[in-house]
Amino acid sequence: MSVLAAAPPVPAGAPPTRRNTELLMLAFACLLTVGAQSIVDLTVTGSLTVEVATFGASFTAIWLVAHLVVRKLAPYADPLLLPATALLCGLGLVVIHRLDLAEAAEAALDGGSAPGAQAPTQLIWALVGLVLFIAVLAIIRDHRALARYAYTLMFLGLIALAIPAVLPSSLSEVNGAKLWILLGGFSIQPGEFAKVALICFFAAYLVDKRDVLSLASRRFLGLDFPRGRDLGPVILAWAVSLLVLIFERDLGSSLLIFGIFMVMLYVATERFSWVLIGLLMFVGGAYVAYQSFGHVRVRVDVWLDPFAYRDDEGFQIVQALFGLGTGGLFGTGLGGGRPATVPFASTDFIASAIGEELGLFGLVALIVLFLLIVERGLRTALVVRDSFGKLLAAGLAFTVAWQVFVVLGGVTKLIPLTGLTTPFVSYGGSSLVANFALIALLMRISDAARRPAVVMTPKTDLFDAPTQIVKATEHA
Amino acid sequence: MNAPVRKIAIAVLVLFTLLIVNANVIQVFQADSLRTDAGNTRVLIDEYSRQRGSIVVDGQPIVTSVPTDDALQYLRQYAAGPVYAPATGFYSLIYGPSAIERTENDLLAGSDDRLLVRQITDLFTGRDPKGGNVLLTLNPAAQQAAFDALQGVTGAAVALDPRTGAILAMASTPSYDPNLLSSHEPSAIREYAAQLDAAEPDPRLNRATQDNFPPGSVFKTVIAAAALSDGYTPETMIPAPDVLELPGTSATLRNFGGSSCSGSGEQSMIDALTISCNTAFAQLGITLGEERVREMAAGFGIAGEGFAIPLPVAPSLLGDIESEAALGQSSIGQRDVRLTPLNAAMIASCIANDGQLLAPYLVSGIQGPDLSVLDEADPEVFSEPISADVANDLTTMMVSVVENGSGEAAQIEGIEVAGKTGTAEVADGVNPHTWFIGFAPADDPQIAVAVFVANGGSSSSEQTGGAVSAPIGRAIMEAALGS
Repeated sequence: MSVLAAAPPVPAGAPPTRRNTELLMLAFACLLTVGAQSIVDLTVTGSLTVEVATFGASFTAIWLVAHLVVRKLAPYADPLLLPATALLCGLGLVVIHRLDLAEAAEAALDGGSAPGAQAPTQLIWALVGLVLFIAVLAIIRDHRALARYAYTLMFLGLIALAIPAVLPSSLSEVNGAKLWILLGGFSIQPGEFAKVALICFFAAYLVDKRDVLSLASRRFLGLDFPRGRDLGPVILAWAVSLLVLIFERDLGSSLLIFGIFMVMLYVATERFSWVLIGLLMFVGGAYVAYQSFGHVRVRVDVWLDPFAYRDDEGFQIVQALFGLGTGGLFGTGLGGGRPATVPFASTDFIASAIGEELGLFGLVALIVLFLLIVERGLRTALVVRDSFGKLLAAGLAFTVAWQVFVVLGGVTKLIPLTGLTTPFVSYGGSSLVANFALIALLMRISDAARRPAVVMTPKTDLFDAPTQIVKATEHA
Repeated sequence: MNAPVRKIAIAVLVLFTLLIVNANVIQVFQADSLRTDAGNTRVLIDEYSRQRGSIVVDGQPIVTSVPTDDALQYLRQYAAGPVYAPATGFYSLIYGPSAIERTENDLLAGSDDRLLVRQITDLFTGRDPKGGNVLLTLNPAAQQAAFDALQGVTGAAVALDPRTGAILAMASTPSYDPNLLSSHEPSAIREYAAQLDAAEPDPRLNRATQDNFPPGSVFKTVIAAAALSDGYTPETMIPAPDVLELPGTSATLRNFGGSSCSGSGEQSMIDALTISCNTAFAQLGITLGEERVREMAAGFGIAGEGFAIPLPVAPSLLGDIESEAALGQSSIGQRDVRLTPLNAAMIASCIANDGQLLAPYLVSGIQGPDLSVLDEADPEVFSEPISADVANDLTTMMVSVVENGSGEAAQIEGIEVAGKTGTAEVADGVNPHTWFIGFAPADDPQIAVAVFVANGGSSSSEQTGGAVSAPIGRAIMEAALGS
């Protein structure tokens, strides 16, 4: 794909790249991470070993390399995205390490051998993520080129999504959800990659078809509703989500994909009626799912009154709430709590571990870090000049927001629990690597957005052409 | 497309605000109820993982937390467990803490505010947090003597220092071993608890404070106190018929074993108390009137209200007195009159301390983990129901009880002892409870005791309070006075 457009030359007197700001903030993120890791070791084991130094060196090296690559390949990229990601990733690694120690201590007391530590594996996944990050920035020199491969990406995305469904359970099922590819000791969650591929496809497809989809046929209750025959793609997205729910028993991914599609559709068409249609379809789908699937019903019942199921289906969420309550405002301090009481604390429930040990302040800091990434992504969408870039950036940013909302909302009992990872923080290679790619794409677009306009060769790209003949808004 | 992107940004802001608000609700508003929920093992395990403070008696820790190899890190150990169990209580994984372990839990666990300075320095120095120590007022010799003397019977004994109110002994039998309830093996705890549940009478009941019983003739001291305060002297002659016709009824009241108090039908108050004449004190109570009797009883703490030492103490009470006949029966400690053994000891303590009753207390002080004194008990006056003169007259009368009367078994060689016995009828065919209250030395009281033995008597006159409970009282006083 090296045939893609090379970065244009930087003119003299260009706006600051802010790369030094990024470096400074990265250093801060690394310092914070290494400090937190030291606190965990000191509190739990009472001593600092050389492992903290090796961990700190490897972690810092990863982000230093990422930074140097950005300097070279995307010099105008948003300076906040990388440090925020690094801090989230570092926080995740520290908490995963902390949970490793808790599991090891528990195993030692029971006389068994400690389960495999997850933190070193996660660090290796971060390294893999870095490679993908570099690859994305190196290969995709201009994000607009991605639009050309839209249908290929859709195809790949759908296949990735479908593989676990067609694989036998022994090769795809973990804890009742059939969304894995289990090969030897490895487990891959292809849905995480499908997510990124499908967003690229959505962006390209919707930019292509936005004029048709914006066509109003009739007004009802002050809203312009689309023509019936244009509902096709929406119904397709809805069907795919439902299929994921049925065949992979994955409420989270299903909700994620449908939500992202609806929001991107709204951004592309500027028609609120699409959101309304989407909501209605969601409500319908949710109702049918509640009626027909036991696992969905259980999730909802547990959500309504988790304490009634505190010893069985609700154990996890109740223990998470206990952890959050015990943490209170300031938390028990890293290493001072008992976050391992919550089953799967390192994956779906890592937020409860953070809330327990770092308190409300830590949890809110986590949420604000995500907010920072999301709003920076949306700002990129506002600034970037091409429609595809706008839609892609908005889609990627919203994906992070939506996923964080669904998983944190689930863990804190705001909404029913769905199995999703907390981006960059949760243990899990697929999620981490796929989100590295997501951030790389966002940085690529923001590089294009902030790059001085004077050197942009005027293009008569279809995406940028003033084709919005019919442009009705909901206020019209 | 910028307009919808802006709207999406606002929507995201709303969603994240919801997350943050919800986190606030859970971690601030619901935090306390979540933290203390019975299903939340974090706090309990945390408490176990800290070294709990000791409970100390006379400089010797009798309850300590020793390090273990298991998950709970520290095991609670009770030296002479059954002897001190009524005071210390247990610290159970399943049933929680009891007695001092419960009332002083915050300090022992290290979460008490009085340990704040220590907690803060622990935070900065990384020192393992520890709980503070609780010092008890108990006198080991008196406590052991009380426990030993009560072996084989169901009963309780309390000893107070009349000058301060400090509880020198508080024993209850049958007792239990708190070590077995405080083990780290849930199955072993449950097994022992089932054993205790099946046991009759209940070994976990602290009879000294948690239950009240009819006091019998011990209550005559309260009637005598009221009479003396109203101008009677020990020599005042009062009616002492063989049979007292209870006013308004056809019922009669006789003396113990149907004996006669005096040939003349009259005797001095000191003689009536010495031989514990029922008819004389029933009539005296009726003459004084219900109001006066209630007033005096309330002064001694018999007012239907519990209090804390800091263990909660059951109320002592007179009950409803609906007629003069009832007043007569109540005046000799029958009918609905109920006393906790602790309250019985308070009567003796008040008389011993020149009429000033000091509030009984079990905790003499608390220490930080570094043995620094954080707080010391301040003796407090509970009430002053009688004057010093009345107290001296009562002392004279109670010395007479021990020297020449029903309390002879409480005599200690070389020390003048004051006392009063009681034998309280419970029901037909059930052995009466036997009591003894007393103090010594009579001229300079250092210890006041009450001994209660449930169903310790028999209908034959030999097994009265004087025969069963008085020797136990003597043993405790002897031990405390070191003779």
